[in-house]
Amino acid sequence: MKVLAAMSGGVDSAVAAARAVEAGHDVTGVHLALSAAPATLRHGARGCCTAEDANDARRAADVLGIPFYIWDLAERFRADVIDDFVSEYAAGRTPNPCLRCNEKIKFAAVLDKALALGFDAVVTGHHARLVDGVLSRSADAAKDQSYVLAVCTERQLAHAMFPLGDSTKTQVREEAAARGLAVADKPDSHDICFIADGDTRGFLAKRLGAQDGPIVDAESGEVVGTHGGSFGFTVGQRRGLNLQRPTPAGDPRYVLSIRPVDNTVVVGSRAMLEADVIEAGSVVWTSGAAPAQPFDCAVQLRAHGMTSRATVRVDGREVTAELVEPQVGVAAGQALVMYADDRVLGSATITRARRTADVTT
Amino acid sequence: MPYLDHAATTPMLPEAISAVTEALGQVGNPSSLHGAGRVARRRIEESRELLAAALGARPSEVILTAGGTESDNLAVKGIFWSRRGSDPRRRRVIVSAVEHHAVMDAAEWLADHEGAALTLLPVDRTGMVAAFDLRAAIAADPDSVALVSVMWANNEVGTVNPIAELAAVAHEYDIPMHTDAVQAVGAVPVDFAACGVDALTMTGHKLGGPPAAGALLLRREVGCVPLQHGGGQEREVRSGTLDVPGAVGLATAASLAVQRREVAAVRIAALRDELVAGVLAAVPDARLHGHPTRRLPGIANLTFPGCEGDALLMLLDAKGIECSTGSACSAGVAQPSHVLIALGASPAEARGSLRFSLGHDSTTADVEAAVAAIVPAVERARRAGLTSVVS
Repeated sequence: MKVLAAMSGGVDSAVAAARAVEAGHDVTGVHLALSAAPATLRHGARGCCTAEDANDARRAADVLGIPFYIWDLAERFRADVIDDFVSEYAAGRTPNPCLRCNEKIKFAAVLDKALALGFDAVVTGHHARLVDGVLSRSADAAKDQSYVLAVCTERQLAHAMFPLGDSTKTQVREEAAARGLAVADKPDSHDICFIADGDTRGFLAKRLGAQDGPIVDAESGEVVGTHGGSFGFTVGQRRGLNLQRPTPAGDPRYVLSIRPVDNTVVVGSRAMLEADVIEAGSVVWTSGAAPAQPFDCAVQLRAHGMTSRATVRVDGREVTAELVEPQVGVAAGQALVMYADDRVLGSATITRARRTADVTT
Repeated sequence: MPYLDHAATTPMLPEAISAVTEALGQVGNPSSLHGAGRVARRRIEESRELLAAALGARPSEVILTAGGTESDNLAVKGIFWSRRGSDPRRRRVIVSAVEHHAVMDAAEWLADHEGAALTLLPVDRTGMVAAFDLRAAIAADPDSVALVSVMWANNEVGTVNPIAELAAVAHEYDIPMHTDAVQAVGAVPVDFAACGVDALTMTGHKLGGPPAAGALLLRREVGCVPLQHGGGQEREVRSGTLDVPGAVGLATAASLAVQRREVAAVRIAALRDELVAGVLAAVPDARLHGHPTRRLPGIANLTFPGCEGDALLMLLDAKGIECSTGSACSAGVAQPSHVLIALGASPAEARGSLRFSLGHDSTTADVEAAVAAIVPAVERARRAGLTSVVS
């Protein structure tokens, strides 16, 4: 096949491209320039798309003997990922930009362009498997990225190749070293690529404007502190609240909800954070169709989170998952990904998490 | 393999390769006082004389440098500093809107760090600077102008500027004029003395010489503060051990390119016209940029509506047709070309452009291969659309 390998400059995508070459495909490497003002050098594990990353990708392509180009998708990335990230936080939700990038950039803008230009598939270094075309978890459970790929439709996955799915990260690094790829010992990237200093709250404050607001205790209704902008918080967050007043029992407080309308952050005990009914919308079924329902499955509610057993009901593009055991810190905006063992059934965007008893509120 | 990117760099002439290779085997620092040093110095001075003769300059006007970017930086910054040093009112740098980054960014750096004020000269839809506009820019405040820099011929669209006319305007006000003639030398007649400019940038690798060898032609009475300090070589304007193989290769190639220019230009322009006609016949809505007649023989820059230049480049590259989406320096990440924008193109038109540039070894077969490859490439690129643009 004629395939396009998306090469970030990291070890995973380099080895993925190498394996595609070895499998006999006609491979072209492409580095996606996603930053409008890329830095020259990379600093540690944060950020991406620096000129140094582009050069690392180019050098990997040289070693593999494949053509290499840079595609400028900065404008699309800004509109579809960064602006979406900011507006989701502004609305009191917690977005996952990696998921959005897969949905809108790698397996949409890039894939569509690749198909139009005569390629058959896009190869990435994601840790996930396609088993008979069904998206499944990686062999390396700690590195599994099926959660952020589950938003991809059947059509998108039909043109995706994940050559690393059967390998652990350790194996990938060893293989990179054996192949003479200089990125073999390059640090893994962490955090959000477009927030190079890791300061998400500062990033949001710059775009949304810092504005002080109250932190309110859910039980007493009392104002227990102030914050610099409700957008800086995530449901389930405990750190960074700087509450001057402890609870009477001395228990830690957690963010229960965020109300952008009156710039209020509501906090309460861990028990109040529990939810066992998760409502989610914009569902995508990996196989193209919903399973017969209601059905039992495992659901994952955040990246790198544990799964919970649940019974799922479907109503059009909306799903409701009733958890067997309540979970804490389920944030609107994150994905609810449904699994049957290692296989992905579908993904939906969480709109609400509540207790069974709250059904009328 | 049809190589149609001669404006980026052109194959070295065999004569230049021989000259460089021979010089590489010989020891001697031209600044040394012993026999080997004298031989090396002689090679440098012979090269300087050969280069000067080819360009209508005096040998003492030739400052050897490591290429076009260095020569441009030296001229723009060095003349600015010298002029401002003798009169602090002289802060203005007047450059055309279509300069190569080596001039444009040097001028912007002066504005950002040295208190310079940048005046951009507009160009017409063909990319040409009018003497009228230069006069107006200067006349707004003649005493504040440090220097004028207008390129002889544009590297992206190939339009040739009326340099002698522009230099005459600058000289009416006693303002020094620099021109970046990197694309012009060997392609159109360039005579340093006759054109009247005070400083002229040229480089070897665009005309069959080695990379990283170039020159700034600088009239002796024009002050120029050095960028780098050291041994005081090259009239104390450009310190650094002289590069004998580079100078020999540069002079050999420049001399031959100028000798062969008239015949080569006719042949290359005919090939270019064949290429343009073939492409326009195959893709009727493609549009040729630049001036219809006052243009370099080798460059054809075309916009293909509905396409992205980087997609076209990739598809043609896969067929062995090598061209460019703009100046290669900004082509790592495809920013719309400032040159095409200055010509009045929209960002989408600028993104959809390809530069084909022909040179001394181009053939009819190259042109035919490019024309044959363009239709399927355009069809595919149109399907891919303007992916990077947010709808």
